[in-house]
Amino acid sequence: MADVTRLSAAELADALGARELSSVEATQAHLDRMAAVEPAVHAFLHVNAEDALATARGVDARRAAGEQVHRLAGVPIAVKDVVVTKDMPTTAGSRILEGWIPPYDATLVTRLRQAGLPILGKTNMDEFAMGSSTEHSAYGNTHNPWDLDRIPGGSGGGSAAAVAAFEAPLAIGTDTGGSIRQPAAVTGTVGVKPTYGGVSRYGLIALASSLDQAGPVTRTVLDSALLHELIGGHDPRDSTSIDEPLPGLVDAALRGATGDLTGVRVGVVTELDGEGYQPGVRARFGEALALLEQAGAEIVQVSCPHFEYALGAYYLILPSEASSNLAKFDGMRFGLRVEPADGPVTAERVMAATRGAGFGPEVKRRIILGTYALSAGYYDAYYGSAQKVRTLIQRDFAAAFTHADVLVSPTAPTTAFRLGEKLDDPLAMYLNDVATIPANLAGVPGMSLPSGLSDDGLPVGFQILAPAKADDRLYRVGAALEAMLESVWSGHILDRAPELEVGK
Amino acid sequence: MSSPTVDLIEYDDAVARFDPVIGIEVHVELGTRTKMFCPAEAVFGEEPNTAVSPVSLGLPGALPVVNGTAVEYAIRIGLALNCSIAETCRFARKNYFYPDVPKNFQTSQYDEPIAFDGYLDVELGDGTIFRVEIERAHMEEDAGKNTHVGGATGRIHGAEYSLVDYNRAGIPLVEIVTRPITGAGARAPEVARAYVQTLRDIFRTLGVSEARMERGNVRADVNLSLRDTPESPLGTRTETKNVNSFRSVERAVRYEVSRQAAILAAGGTITQETRHWHEDTGTTTAGRVKSDAEDYRYFPEPDLVPVAPSRAWVEEIRSGLPEMPVARRNRLQSVWGYADAEMRDVVNAGAIDLIEATVAAGTAPAAARKWWMGELARSAKTDQVELEDLRVTPAQIAELQGLVDSGRLNDKLARQVLEGVLAGEGSPGQVVVARGLEVVSDDGALLAAIDAALAAQPDVVAKVRSGNLGPVGAIIGAVMKATKGQADAGRVRALVVERIGTDG
Amino acid sequence: MSTLSRDEVARVAALARIDLTPDELDRLAGELDVIVESVARVSEVATPDVPATSHPLPLTNVFRADVPEPSLPIADVLRSAPASEDGKFLVPQILGEE
Repeated sequence: MADVTRLSAAELADALGARELSSVEATQAHLDRMAAVEPAVHAFLHVNAEDALATARGVDARRAAGEQVHRLAGVPIAVKDVVVTKDMPTTAGSRILEGWIPPYDATLVTRLRQAGLPILGKTNMDEFAMGSSTEHSAYGNTHNPWDLDRIPGGSGGGSAAAVAAFEAPLAIGTDTGGSIRQPAAVTGTVGVKPTYGGVSRYGLIALASSLDQAGPVTRTVLDSALLHELIGGHDPRDSTSIDEPLPGLVDAALRGATGDLTGVRVGVVTELDGEGYQPGVRARFGEALALLEQAGAEIVQVSCPHFEYALGAYYLILPSEASSNLAKFDGMRFGLRVEPADGPVTAERVMAATRGAGFGPEVKRRIILGTYALSAGYYDAYYGSAQKVRTLIQRDFAAAFTHADVLVSPTAPTTAFRLGEKLDDPLAMYLNDVATIPANLAGVPGMSLPSGLSDDGLPVGFQILAPAKADDRLYRVGAALEAMLESVWSGHILDRAPELEVGK
Repeated sequence: MSSPTVDLIEYDDAVARFDPVIGIEVHVELGTRTKMFCPAEAVFGEEPNTAVSPVSLGLPGALPVVNGTAVEYAIRIGLALNCSIAETCRFARKNYFYPDVPKNFQTSQYDEPIAFDGYLDVELGDGTIFRVEIERAHMEEDAGKNTHVGGATGRIHGAEYSLVDYNRAGIPLVEIVTRPITGAGARAPEVARAYVQTLRDIFRTLGVSEARMERGNVRADVNLSLRDTPESPLGTRTETKNVNSFRSVERAVRYEVSRQAAILAAGGTITQETRHWHEDTGTTTAGRVKSDAEDYRYFPEPDLVPVAPSRAWVEEIRSGLPEMPVARRNRLQSVWGYADAEMRDVVNAGAIDLIEATVAAGTAPAAARKWWMGELARSAKTDQVELEDLRVTPAQIAELQGLVDSGRLNDKLARQVLEGVLAGEGSPGQVVVARGLEVVSDDGALLAAIDAALAAQPDVVAKVRSGNLGPVGAIIGAVMKATKGQADAGRVRALVVERIGTDG
Repeated sequence: MSTLSRDEVARVAALARIDLTPDELDRLAGELDVIVESVARVSEVATPDVPATSHPLPLTNVFRADVPEPSLPIADVLRSAPASEDGKFLVPQILGEE
């Protein structure tokens, strides 16, 4: 068989199901690929080779015994290091959690294990998922497989880079303001942020509880649908989990792949285009719209006038919730403990010393911003106002969805920028998420899929947004666009990425 | 700790000069099987850290889910306190760093309590009814427990550290907050005590808590301020924390009245602060100063959704509420036929349950009261224990009274039998046998003693024969003395009269 | 809106229990001031008639049955503790409590 790391998860699953390939072979192939490219990419913080192979052996044995197994059984996966895993260190990219091995599994990890997906390892990320470049990891940068001098996006740069570099066919990401979709856009991969409450948050190290969602990171729309159906659905351990069955996502992807979008109304969000968007990004966006129209979709313009306040609301709500969520990292029960350099060793001073030493600059910046926004006298002006903006943004979405079945925009204003380019300018960094943030504030689902290369030869992402609980629409429209684009390109966009195997 | 000398003003002088205003916050630990937000067991006295989950340890990734039974208990309490039950309410995070608070925030309710605007009528020692207005009752979670080790000599000392057990962390609490209690005047300490005691009785009646003060199931924080006259604005208050017995509640109020009066009378000002209660000395000492630094940064708990008890559910709970203590008390008084003063003493002695159980076991109400309020009350007082802690059950008292009623014991013997029961010698029947205390009803033995007495007092016999029955008591007394009190005096009398008659 | 001075950053850092070096304080004061100014625009549209949204989806009454589950094993509980003794977490001395 040809290089199995180039197969999509669906193709791999079919090969495993047909017993043309064993899970051990598939898992080992990916471990080999990791060994070859990790020195250049650094997508992983922890490699879980033995356990992954053990899982693969188990699945192979079950298949050999004729047991019914999950379709994705034996397909290896990478998991973002913000998701707790019982037998693997979980650091969330932070020094403060170095070496921490959680005593429990996240619900989505339990579902992966039950379905028999070998977990290859834990992927790099901006510390506590705060960032858009993965440069805020305490454990070094992840490099974009398209250009190793560029960022892989963030916060889930590790998961996106792992999938783009064929180190894993599937990965788990989390998206609080674009951390699945923006890395997908800049690495030429597919990433989906499900409807808030669609995938259990139990076991995700919380950044901003009312915004966080875990979702799939893959190379194809169908793969995302397969993974989304596996990890999604109600979880009684998450009070904000939706207690309803998921819509048929795989079915929607298969239907979309036929390329017929007759009767689908696609709304272009006026406010998410124009100034600040790179010309190559806009050009690819326009071409994608033309393809959708060819497929029978009706393109309409919609206005979401309050989206211009979304970034401000987001950078109040996120730091506020994060300042509280991250209070537990204090050196008392787990993780790093640092004693003050001088003076009495009291619990209070050890907490402050631990947090001073254990958190990186972006985390400190946001905790202090959030603490300030919640502190007495400022709550109404900041957090309270931001929650009202959230209402306005939800209303914008509601109004827009009366005119359109899905909304679309470029995922990010630019292609991948150079490592270090925006590190000293937090506001410029924050602007990367301007198009992805509204979905988190409103709780609606969103997908990014590749729509071509910009003038600089780097991938551009196309974002699709749907109403809450209508995640299936993302898959239908996304699969249709993907099919048409691949027909134009005569292959997958990643076929055009440079060869990485420096070791060979 | 050295106790600084504090100037005090005699209580009577203090209340003659100032008007005390109290406010009481009572925390009750609910008797649910599991914790407020996770399925770890809510237990007392287990090995440390053996009743914990990722949630109650505040581990990264863990999420709370509300215990529905705790909500029901909170509603029961709210209804019993004549409160309105919120149509919708939320949990909030109270952010502060402390090692026994695992998340470094307490999940509580802030501006939206589940119950509000109620009152509780409490009865004072002389039967006066005093109405205490309830501002709110809200749900929250308990903290873990710190044990301080070492460094007894100095507060800041390298060797000193603390050990933390999180078994208690997350146990559901309901906090009940009064409005300022005015108009109690010199009786403020008594009102405070009666209020807490009445609450305790209600918790038990409702079945929402074992409400054992000595286990800390019920904890009171007592606010106190003084003002010149009932017309003056409220003065600066202090909050005395963790006053955990009825008697201490009364003493703490008295002490603070005297202490604050001394300061005010000397022209000083009261510092708004928390104070610690010292059971041994009956005094309070200064704790934290309440200041701007206490900034809890409350915000709605994003990991939980609102609690919106339907009116149907509230009414269902209301209709299932047991009889409240005051109503029950009035009913039992009328059934038992006790005088007002008798009933008040029974209530104050905490004997109502015991008497009810004794009556239920077949004893006449008057006899039951005689035992519990007489011999047993004296015994409890001597041993400095509560009536319910004596080593005797209502069933045993009923058995004892049964022996008296059947003539097998007289009052004097019955008291000796009770002594044996209290000493742990067994049931009344067993003590009778073991101590050989049964009434001497063997006529042969009695007749011998009677004949001896008659022979010794011929003059009395003569008088009786002449029709003067008065002196017969002298014969009876001699017989009782001869049988060491074990004879049934009625039987002796009958036999004596018979003997003298037949003899003649 | 107020501006975020160096002193204010120091006050908030203490509230957030984070030791900051003087350099960090200087840098954060400048950065946060810009950020706060930028995000404060939300108050332009947050008029009193607009209700606040704290949950993206309008769920209510999500309750759990009062049924116990086994505790985490004590070994797992204490495995990651920086220090422990007698089955308890060992923490530095706690001030502000008797």
